[in-house]
Amino acid sequence: MKSLVFQATTRAVTPLLLAFSLFMLLRGHNEPGGGFIGGLLAVAAFALYALAFDARRARALLGVSPQTLTATGLLLATGSGGAAWLAGQPFMAGLWLSAALPAELKLGTVLLFDVGVYLVVLGAAALVLLTLREG
Amino acid sequence: MLLALPIVIPLVTAGLCLLVGRRVRVQRALGVLGAGGLLVAAVTLFARVWREGVLVLYVGGWRAPFGITLVADVFAALLVLAAALMHLAVSVYSLADLDGRRQRYGYFAFLNVMLTGVCGAFLTGDLFNLYVWFEVMLIGSFVLLVLGGQRAQMEAGIKYVTLSLLSSALFLAGVGVIYGIAHTLNMAHLSQRLAVAATSHPGLVTAASLLLLLAFGIKAAVFPLHFWLPDSYHAPPPAVTAIFAALLTKTGVYAIVRVFSLVLPPSDYLFGLLAVIAGLTMLIGVLGAVAQSQFRRILNVHIISQIGYMVMGVALLGSPDAQTRQLAIAAAIFYIVHNMLVKSNLVLLSGTVRALAGTEQLSRLGGLLNRAPVVAVLFLLSALSLAGLPPSSGFWAKLGVIQAGFRAQAYLLTFTALFVGLLTLVSMLKIWSAVFWKPAPEPCSSDDALPAAAGTPPARRRALLLVPSVVLLVLSIGIGLYPPPMLATARRASRELLDRAAYVAAVGIHAEQVEEGPFRAEVHP
Repeated sequence: MKSLVFQATTRAVTPLLLAFSLFMLLRGHNEPGGGFIGGLLAVAAFALYALAFDARRARALLGVSPQTLTATGLLLATGSGGAAWLAGQPFMAGLWLSAALPAELKLGTVLLFDVGVYLVVLGAAALVLLTLREG
Repeated sequence: MLLALPIVIPLVTAGLCLLVGRRVRVQRALGVLGAGGLLVAAVTLFARVWREGVLVLYVGGWRAPFGITLVADVFAALLVLAAALMHLAVSVYSLADLDGRRQRYGYFAFLNVMLTGVCGAFLTGDLFNLYVWFEVMLIGSFVLLVLGGQRAQMEAGIKYVTLSLLSSALFLAGVGVIYGIAHTLNMAHLSQRLAVAATSHPGLVTAASLLLLLAFGIKAAVFPLHFWLPDSYHAPPPAVTAIFAALLTKTGVYAIVRVFSLVLPPSDYLFGLLAVIAGLTMLIGVLGAVAQSQFRRILNVHIISQIGYMVMGVALLGSPDAQTRQLAIAAAIFYIVHNMLVKSNLVLLSGTVRALAGTEQLSRLGGLLNRAPVVAVLFLLSALSLAGLPPSSGFWAKLGVIQAGFRAQAYLLTFTALFVGLLTLVSMLKIWSAVFWKPAPEPCSSDDALPAAAGTPPARRRALLLVPSVVLLVLSIGIGLYPPPMLATARRASRELLDRAAYVAAVGIHAEQVEEGPFRAEVHP
């Protein structure tokens, strides 16, 4: 689809969507949001881009291959669960950084888990989208 | 920590396999290493459960019934051990059986995803979590089924995916109803609360039980929900069929055993229904198998028949005598493990024959007794084990089921089981005479498959194909010749399964929660 209007709009909307997906990812621990929703929003941005331009440029936008994204996410999520073992806690127990951060942001292994989920969702959906778009 | 390892190891292996991209050698090494690691973890877990009794892990530190609880009793640990063993055997076999393209495009990654789901399903102590692990297992198996993209695989994939989704939806509906009745999903907690609900809301509990039975029945491929299995298992390569035969239907059976012995209140209606299902499953499965004319298809249809024996063990839970109940479940557990070892081994051997002769059609095969005597002997012994002849694990497995049947005075069911054993022998002999005994047919000129693959595979490949089969057969015969350890394991697993109070106490649910009554006003206005 070669539509100038669509392409111009996409150029403006994609960064917004990506920023919003990050916002959802970060606020997700105690409020609606989290890795899954954030990941889906990122996929929405990516899908828009892949529709407006083509699969090759969408791939370039992603930077790495979708498989790598999925794998990294999977390992990150599992690793964040396993990190509790190092602290002598049961699997998947949340460990939190005690330092106070501005803007009510709490850092801990739970956030790492969410980032892992974000990457898995983004990677898996991007793989499906790219396969359909290229096929 | 030990309790989470059978889930974490395959998951990490899957992640690493995806991460290395298309480097086949690295993936193969990772696949076998991961399977080996899982086996070590499973052995350690089993040893620990055997020494210390039921192990419980509150994931994330959230105590039961609020968080997800992982529970390993002897039954769960035994099945994790058997699954890990099959995983290693099939991973090694796949090195030789699978073409490079399939291996490159994530075979080992998704094999491990499936194993994550299977181990999770065995270890979880939470009904909804069981659903989640089923989904994980299904995602892995979907990909394994269609990996390679042949036409037959796509067709099989559509059937399998549709039926699996239907089953998942029914499972979810059942879980929903149960949550509505009992306001909890922890299996130990449910065991207590549903016992109360069975008297106040018998209809709802039966409805939920039937929904779960339907869902697990589709997964376990019991009659009349078995039709998808022969249509989808023949499409992927033999290695994939073997791991499916070992794990997928067995996970369904595991869920039936677990839910009907531990979670749901005993109900004569359900056990009567299970007895009918068990008898028909055995009979229909074996009749279907005798009618087939392709090596692997006979074995696949025959899986269904074997499921019947396991379900029969659960059906005998309806017996009023406590000892009979224990014997029945012990026999079912013994049967599950025996069947995982032997059935998948036969499928692996059918793959080996395919690699040697280039076809799976019985009419085109023949003369393999002279060409490949080792394969012939391996097949004969495994087939006799499946039919339940001594000296093999199959003999004791069948003996247990039949003993329990006579004790429970379920004569019709027991005679069906005996008769089906005979037909099993017939279907195995059909393969034996066609593939190994009769002389090789004249290669016809129109057949392109035969001459191309007629050459003998190189020694290394042959070793990779045969070693897993030999190991599995030795285990089966070892259990047959010296059954006491396995019998003791099955008995202890069954004792633990039927002692609900001990399980509930081990998970850490306190008795007083029953008194306050799980029902809220809006459930029962």
